[in-house]
Amino acid sequence: MAIKVITPGLSTTVQDLGRPGYYHLGFPEGGGMDRFATMVANLLVGNPEGAALLEATFMGPELEFTAPAVIAITGGELPPKLNGVEQSTWESFAVKAGDRLSFGFLKGGARAYIAVSGGIDVPVVLGSRSTYVLGALGGYQGRAIKAGDELPVGQGAGTPGRSLPVALRRPEATEIELRMLPGLYWHRITEAAGARFFEDVWKVAPEADRIGYRFRGGHPLEFVERVQPFGAGSDPSNIVDACYPYGSIQVPSGTEPIVLHRDAVSGGGYMMLGAVISADMDVIAQLQPHRPAQFVPVTLDQALAARADNGALFTAARAHLAG
Amino acid sequence: MAIRFSHGGDEHIFGEVSESMSLESFFTGLSMINAVRAAQIPGVIETCPANASFQVKFDPDKISPTDMLRELRSFEEQAAKSDQTLATRIIELPVYYQDPWTHETEMRFRERHQDPNSTDLEYSARVNGYATIEEFIAAHAGTPWFVSMVGFVAGLPFLYQLVEQKKQIQAPKYLRPRTDTPKLTVGHGGCFAAIYSVRGAGGYQMYGVTPAPIYDPSQKVRYLSEEMCLFKPGDIVKFRPQTRDEYDATLEAIEANEWEPTIRSCDFSLTEFNRDMAGANARLMEALNGN
Repeated sequence: MAIKVITPGLSTTVQDLGRPGYYHLGFPEGGGMDRFATMVANLLVGNPEGAALLEATFMGPELEFTAPAVIAITGGELPPKLNGVEQSTWESFAVKAGDRLSFGFLKGGARAYIAVSGGIDVPVVLGSRSTYVLGALGGYQGRAIKAGDELPVGQGAGTPGRSLPVALRRPEATEIELRMLPGLYWHRITEAAGARFFEDVWKVAPEADRIGYRFRGGHPLEFVERVQPFGAGSDPSNIVDACYPYGSIQVPSGTEPIVLHRDAVSGGGYMMLGAVISADMDVIAQLQPHRPAQFVPVTLDQALAARADNGALFTAARAHLAG
Repeated sequence: MAIRFSHGGDEHIFGEVSESMSLESFFTGLSMINAVRAAQIPGVIETCPANASFQVKFDPDKISPTDMLRELRSFEEQAAKSDQTLATRIIELPVYYQDPWTHETEMRFRERHQDPNSTDLEYSARVNGYATIEEFIAAHAGTPWFVSMVGFVAGLPFLYQLVEQKKQIQAPKYLRPRTDTPKLTVGHGGCFAAIYSVRGAGGYQMYGVTPAPIYDPSQKVRYLSEEMCLFKPGDIVKFRPQTRDEYDATLEAIEANEWEPTIRSCDFSLTEFNRDMAGANARLMEALNGN
């Protein structure tokens, strides 16, 4: 069984739940940017939650199935159509050999997850099938899919008609507040700059991808004056190149914050204000360019409470889809 | 001096050994990471040494950030007085300096550079007090470098020049990063050299290219068949300047999969190096070139 790529969409890659363990060599964990949607899509079609699926960004691909299968689409609201007939998202449905899956225009969110029973069966590289485009590694030939590709699919047995009710999905926020734990190199900016950073309404810049999300529109940062340390470089935003946490907010030259995501560059020479908490990483994955957002400081205890709430969302979805 | 710890969100702890770069800080960071690895703490996911800092990623559902921090602090005293010696290897890497590809790229991004009227090499030679590009290249290729971090992208080494601090080459990063850097560019930013393992964005000054792949996800290159990445922290690198003809010949041999870099075992002791840099470097070169 295979999936033929008729049109690839804007940037569609094979992803699973990632390849932790190689960050010290510069390999990011990768995996679906929206982990909740990744997991649910897989469970809907009877796959293990970390099976490989397709992550489509902003625009859907057009795909043809060579054999019967059960599929499900989750994540952003990218309306699926089977042979031109609109289908539900967050619900599994059957496809036959020769059926074509296409998508309407994106109505909400930024990324859709397309799972097929059996999972996309590309080779496992460093413990994962995720595509790391920058390193030309994993996924389908280390790159986003292209027209003419034939994606191998594993053996699976899904059931159509399984769904996750709205109440069990991540609630959609009207105003985006990204909770972050100030730290790392926060002490490099002035108190006034720190206050303004949280007051400002930022907008997602067009440069927003799997590596990181850039934000625009707030005030430039004011740095605490210092003689730059040896080896750091001359700009006040420079540090001696260090490791970057996932979710860390770096601000090159103090102007545009970049939040690193699942395909993060593992290190570099820019100061970071802290990191967006793990509970809000999936939220970033569904932000479109130009979407307004604010950063909100939280304590470590609040971050852990939010993590527990987020974990409960996963647990409830797993429980609902078990068996 | 105490390590400055900071939580990086709920899943990371970041430790800055010192604000400024030094091999002492690198060794302390590496000792911390080695201690974390040896302790096999349940929940630890990533252990990353960096130039003068380090980072641990963990699952807060398995170990709380507070407990993780306590574990890390418990290693600090031992790490500070650890033996700063390494049984490592020295790798000779050919470099074609002043190549046409980095030159073409830097010309495309000239308006992002500090000095649009000079090339990266002209500018770097001047700000480091060298009269000519040739003298600058001789200094760059004249002493070994120490891999003090691997990252940014897969397999990219950051290299620290093994000379006294006042002789180290230093250069600012581009004012605004380029969106393109040729694959295998030998670059420089701050006090660090870097070799771009893949083509992509970059802000370092560009001096040349090596014909030798340092990252191969297909694992077809003979010396990268077991590990995709050539470098790991603690490796020592010596650059050897190549002419265009030599570069082309090496490239041809690499394409036929008949070439590999010279790699020799060596020891590196920070105490010895600090006591007598010229002597320590001479011994490294002996390890590289001896029989």
